[in-house]
Amino acid sequence: MAEYKGVMIIAEAANDKLVNISGELLGCARKLAAELGEEVSAVLLGDRVAGFANELIALGADKVYVAEDAQLKDYQTATYVAVMEKLVKETSPRILLMGQTAMGRDLAPRLAFRLGTAATTDCIDLALSPDTKFLLMTKPVYGGNARAVFTTDLFPQMATIRQKAMSPLPADTTRQGQVIPVSVTIDPAQIKTKYLGKVKEEVAGIKLEDAQTVVAGGRGIGGPEGFKQLEELAKVLKAAVGASRPPCDNNWVPATIQVGLTGKIVTPELYIAVGISGASQHLAGCSGAKTIVAINKDPEANIFKEARFGVVGDWKQVLPAFTAKVKELLAG
Amino acid sequence: MNIIVCCKQVLDPEAPPASFKIDAAANKVLPPQGVPPVVSPFDEQAVEAALRLKDKLGAKVTVLSLGNNLVRDVVKKPLSMGADELILLEDPAFDGGDSWSTAFALAQAIKKIGQYDIIFCGRQAADWDAGMVGSGIAELLGIPSVTIAKKVEIVDGKAKVDRVVSDGFETVEVMLPALITVSNELGEPRYATLKGIMAAAKKKPIVWGPADIGVNTAQVGSSGRRQRLVKLFQPVREGKCEIMKGETPAEAGTNLALKLREVKVI
Repeated sequence: MAEYKGVMIIAEAANDKLVNISGELLGCARKLAAELGEEVSAVLLGDRVAGFANELIALGADKVYVAEDAQLKDYQTATYVAVMEKLVKETSPRILLMGQTAMGRDLAPRLAFRLGTAATTDCIDLALSPDTKFLLMTKPVYGGNARAVFTTDLFPQMATIRQKAMSPLPADTTRQGQVIPVSVTIDPAQIKTKYLGKVKEEVAGIKLEDAQTVVAGGRGIGGPEGFKQLEELAKVLKAAVGASRPPCDNNWVPATIQVGLTGKIVTPELYIAVGISGASQHLAGCSGAKTIVAINKDPEANIFKEARFGVVGDWKQVLPAFTAKVKELLAG
Repeated sequence: MNIIVCCKQVLDPEAPPASFKIDAAANKVLPPQGVPPVVSPFDEQAVEAALRLKDKLGAKVTVLSLGNNLVRDVVKKPLSMGADELILLEDPAFDGGDSWSTAFALAQAIKKIGQYDIIFCGRQAADWDAGMVGSGIAELLGIPSVTIAKKVEIVDGKAKVDRVVSDGFETVEVMLPALITVSNELGEPRYATLKGIMAAAKKKPIVWGPADIGVNTAQVGSSGRRQRLVKLFQPVREGKCEIMKGETPAEAGTNLALKLREVKVI
């Protein structure tokens, strides 16, 4: 039986750039590899992705495996699982990490079952057991109400990592590494899915994931009209607008601005929660904010346990005065 | 058309966070007082996805629930919504499983059921939030899977699925039989009707144990786990919220802005 060695990460690229999770995975992988005395490798899968290899080396990869094929241009479960299964069997990584992203959420479970190993998803912390060096994987459970630490004695030890949970290393262009092309042989008869296309539903303006300030609304906003007031405040603060799940489920706002356990994870300097009760599933998405401010008419609302500052009152009466004062203070 | 929906009974995720307590010695969550369990919310959406196809094309919808001491009122809810049949995998041996041992048991049960065109699952369960059982069942059955669906249609004998991605959605066509996991973007699950509740009350669930699905107890539940739970804990919440006051809500709003300026947050 092959000996399992090394920490392997699956990088992601979109819109001609590496997605931030790639650097975060490498930062995490380097720490684990240092403790193990082993190497870090990164995998690129796609159509024309070889160009990202040097950047991955600068961010911490010792080896970059490049799997290029027209059939890999758009993510599909069957094609990516097939390529990764072959690569893992040939390279026997001890640890295999990917992001808790649209791709990782789909790829990790199927690949883990294919390989006969166990995966833990949405990890916010990884450590190595002092005696066995098995991965200790910490993740939020029960909607974010609790944390669980999981382990396994199967290989490769697989985990998906929550976005923004780990830090990338500064890019070091003097780092050396190997780029290894991977031959891709996918039998089309084995692929029972067909990618038909993508529809973008993004809102204009500042992206939630990158914003320094976020103004978010919840069920208490009552309808799409109320969100116009939040947009006004957001404009003044140069902020992005977010929402908890009920406004998205009710189609008051697009689902792409949902902040939470199954939505966006945001880590702004300032998060203003208006008419949001603060259910754990929502807090899972915004508790990384430096300062949380809450406006809610319910003094018992759970959001006040996470917020640093707040007002107990009807947002329809509180917000206009708040926005006006903020405008005045920022102008002066 | 034959559709199977996997539904899990869980502690109510809408129970107030203050009622959430852990038994640290047992690494278990204590069921909140006076709050009954529910069908995991994404699984209800999976039932909704199945019923929409039943409305449009006609189908037999079989619901499959695995666990121990399943509350009949809870696990029968999909029947009240309009599902046709309920099969329970109920036995202490099924308790305490991870994604592997749970998917294994469910896949064996589905093999025993035999006929299916689509298997629907919720994208993740409201307790462990792992999101792996659906894909695992598909892998064990050797069928294609599409996850995090917001829309499912049948076109030319194949499923056309819109799946949620971070900046919108992707459309994937998949040959049947297939497994599809469902997300809340699909829309609100329908309410149980009075007629549905009365019909469900009369239906007796089929109950299977490990022997009925050809597994031994070592392969399922906590005995069959591939992933071990080391520790379960609640993160400590520090910090207090400073509530800004005022004669009127508007004044409080003004004071809030002034405070944020004072501490240089804005």
